[in-house]
Amino acid sequence: MKVTSAKAEGLSVLDRPNSYIGRGVPRPNLDRLMQGRGLYVSDIELPRMAHVVFLRSPHAHARIVAIDASTAKRMPGVIAVVTGEELANTITPWVGVLSHLKGLKSAPQYAVAIDRACWQGEAVAAVVANSRALAEDATEIISVQYEELEAVTDMRTALDRETPVIHPQLGDNLAFERILDAGHVDEAFSGSDEVVEADFIFGRHTGVTLEPRAVVADWNPAEERLTIYQGTQAPHMVQNIAALHLGLSESQVRVVCKDVGGSFGIKVHIYADEMATYALSKLLRRPIKFVADRVESFNTDIHARDHRCRGRIGVKRDGTITVFEIDDLTGIGPYSMYPRTSAIEANQVVNLVGGPYLAKNYRARARVVFQNKNVMCQYRAVGHPIACSVTEGLVDLAAMRIGMDPVEIRRRNLISDDAYPCASASGLKFEKLSHHASLDKLLDMMNYEGLRAEQVELRKRNIHRGIGFASFIEVTNPSAAFYGVGGAKISSQDGVAVRLDAQGAVICQTSITEQGQGSEALTAQIVASVLGVSMERVRVILGDTDNTPYGGGTWASRGAGIGGEAALQATKVLRRNILEIAAAILQSMPDELDIIGNTVVNVGDGVQRIELKELARIVYFRPDTLPPGIQPELMATRHYVPREYPFAFTNGVQASWLEVDTETGFVRLLRHWVVEDCGTIINPQLVDEQIRGGVVQGLGAALFEKCIYDERGQLTNANMADYLVPMSGEMPDIDVGHVVSPTLESELGAKGAGEAGTAGAAAAVANAVNDALRPFGTIITEIPLTPQVILAALGRI
Amino acid sequence: MTGPIPISLHVNGERVDAHVLPRLNLADFLREHLHLTGTHVGCEHGVCGACTVRADDEIVRACLMLAVQADGMSIQTIEGLSDSGEVGDLQAAFRDRNALQCGYCTPGMLMAAQDLLRQHPEPSRERIREHLSGNYCRCTGYQAIVDAVEATALSRRGRAA
Repeated sequence: MKVTSAKAEGLSVLDRPNSYIGRGVPRPNLDRLMQGRGLYVSDIELPRMAHVVFLRSPHAHARIVAIDASTAKRMPGVIAVVTGEELANTITPWVGVLSHLKGLKSAPQYAVAIDRACWQGEAVAAVVANSRALAEDATEIISVQYEELEAVTDMRTALDRETPVIHPQLGDNLAFERILDAGHVDEAFSGSDEVVEADFIFGRHTGVTLEPRAVVADWNPAEERLTIYQGTQAPHMVQNIAALHLGLSESQVRVVCKDVGGSFGIKVHIYADEMATYALSKLLRRPIKFVADRVESFNTDIHARDHRCRGRIGVKRDGTITVFEIDDLTGIGPYSMYPRTSAIEANQVVNLVGGPYLAKNYRARARVVFQNKNVMCQYRAVGHPIACSVTEGLVDLAAMRIGMDPVEIRRRNLISDDAYPCASASGLKFEKLSHHASLDKLLDMMNYEGLRAEQVELRKRNIHRGIGFASFIEVTNPSAAFYGVGGAKISSQDGVAVRLDAQGAVICQTSITEQGQGSEALTAQIVASVLGVSMERVRVILGDTDNTPYGGGTWASRGAGIGGEAALQATKVLRRNILEIAAAILQSMPDELDIIGNTVVNVGDGVQRIELKELARIVYFRPDTLPPGIQPELMATRHYVPREYPFAFTNGVQASWLEVDTETGFVRLLRHWVVEDCGTIINPQLVDEQIRGGVVQGLGAALFEKCIYDERGQLTNANMADYLVPMSGEMPDIDVGHVVSPTLESELGAKGAGEAGTAGAAAAVANAVNDALRPFGTIITEIPLTPQVILAALGRI
Repeated sequence: MTGPIPISLHVNGERVDAHVLPRLNLADFLREHLHLTGTHVGCEHGVCGACTVRADDEIVRACLMLAVQADGMSIQTIEGLSDSGEVGDLQAAFRDRNALQCGYCTPGMLMAAQDLLRQHPEPSRERIREHLSGNYCRCTGYQAIVDAVEATALSRRGRAA
């Protein structure tokens, strides 16, 4: 490798010679996945392993009168049939509440239902057999006598006096309520020239990870240790929860996370069937494997969104937005999820509405109600798509009312780029955002004027195209303010240990996890750059509670910003240690030496002095040749958590260009643009692909995805043929641009990028559809924007 | 239940003789009996494409085909296509373009993409998007995959010229 410059002074640790920071280098270890040689949980087999299949309630709400499994238990290959009552002796129930969400309540949830099933799909018995097929056969001949109870399904009537209370001991079906009143809302409305109001409706949808949830739990009674192989985003959280409810110490539980077939927030929660699998392993003293089938995935993977939000906006004729007000209602199923709770999304909606804008008057109410449907909880971009769609929908409606261009009203109201640090009306602290620079860049990329001209031309031929914008803010790098302060044992800090091995290669253990985002790559890039070695020399180990430092994992766009900073700081220490030893060996001073291209060099003239491989040889095998008093430490560990800001907010803006077929109601996406600001970009290719993937999940919500329940609480489209997800043929190319405002809280300066795409995509599409339909005088504020919704709005059906 | 039935087939060029239950599908046979876990199971009803394999000369959904139906056939899985080097350039393009994130759809996606490139060496982006529409990817948003397939088609054409 050519040494380009040995002058390290004045350069930060990130822009040293041969730095990988900011380069789109390929992720390590992709060949394993491309050759079919990965190891997903569904691939794992262990000696004496048995398979569990859950018998699930066909009713949304029913009393379990009797379970007769006598015939099933006699079937060949069946090892056990276990009811909820029997399993409760091994694992205790839980209640999904957090103390900082004041007033949040929920009822005890059991691994397998006892006495009563509260949603269609809740497990009522577990069947363990030598194969999954045999266990499935056995579930079919278990006879369960149910007494069907009235199901609470419509969130709008869940709080009515006539509606049954799902958990009588809670008094009502209200899980959580938050009210916020900032500034002078009533005065602001009365002082506005126009007030616009709309009801925004969001379909219930889900993550559809391509690999269903899967777990292999292996209780070894001889070691008294439980090893859990699970595709989780948060291994230490799973360790804590499993130990807590099985009556074990955390040191008795190891969580191993190999390859994960998609997560998106679906795999960051604790599910009843997974808890049951841990308990069954302990009860039956052997490895037990659970792999959800696709119908189970739809019925039990957390659902998300399902909000109805009334929004109001006040605006002056000059375009000044004076006030926002929302009244949000969401239904979360019969239990608040554990341990992150199901109140976070509504709470986020309250936090985020109006976030990009200057208006200081803001009133919000959010209510979270129980219902007899599948549980709801945090999925990618928690709350953001709701808040963004409501905010951006209202801004467009206001612009339309006063006859102002949607870009112009945003320019007049977005927080100015030089106003930071500042706070939102809801109290969010912003360190540095770049709404105006982002909008300017977006308009350049999309040729806004050209598209408007094209739109006018095409309208003459009865072709209806629309342009929609959505500015957004995004929560990333959460501190303990997210969960820790509420009492959840979910770590907000991360740790990285980095060491030089005996041949001069680097082994890095990190507590963040990999589900395809590129955690491994960005960690290797940071370590290689800061240390001064080539990336091929760095091996990253993650996803194993026995073999990584303690930490939060990968969720809420925290891996790069928090885990990356820990990697940077650990590597700085290792580098200093190496240079001290090198100085001793070379009779030089640490400050006069640097590491470039796997070799210790002189800072002054760049002359190569000693290869790391040779240094490691001396340290590990000939320490007798080192000067007395030197104890080399070729391993360093550092932890990091943000303390100054509760969250590192990012921002961005999206635009959609689409065509609405007013005869069929179909929407054709033509192009999509995103400009976002995630601070320091470690790997531009990985960031861009996070954005694109996020956008497409948002486009799915905008156009296709919806869990359709009937009035009895039956999910009617619980399969991939009827629940539509975006396919390649209907997705547009997505152009991504960046503005870079690093956070000054960390040396790395990175914020997250995982939610940005999903946060604003649906809002941009909905605004574009309304823009396209402008000649028809109709406004749609409901997603998914199915042909049925559009044709109904046009009065065609 | 009907008892096991003998089958004989070639998988990735190796002869395989087995006794299988009539209800066993090809995906489960490959994964559980032959431990070829590169063939993934996503939806178990022929929609998502994660289990796509090549049976003789056609790509099929291994979850929709019974193992007994593969009797006498030659099956290629992602392990076979990787070891033979047939899709080495496509895999390199996927790596360079980051056309995979979690990787769960990738074996099926590579199978489908190679099928397209064998039939149509010069596909347009629309054609690529259309051909891959039976393979779901939840991570990438597809654009990187389309780019990688397009780049492979171009470089194969360059080599052929």
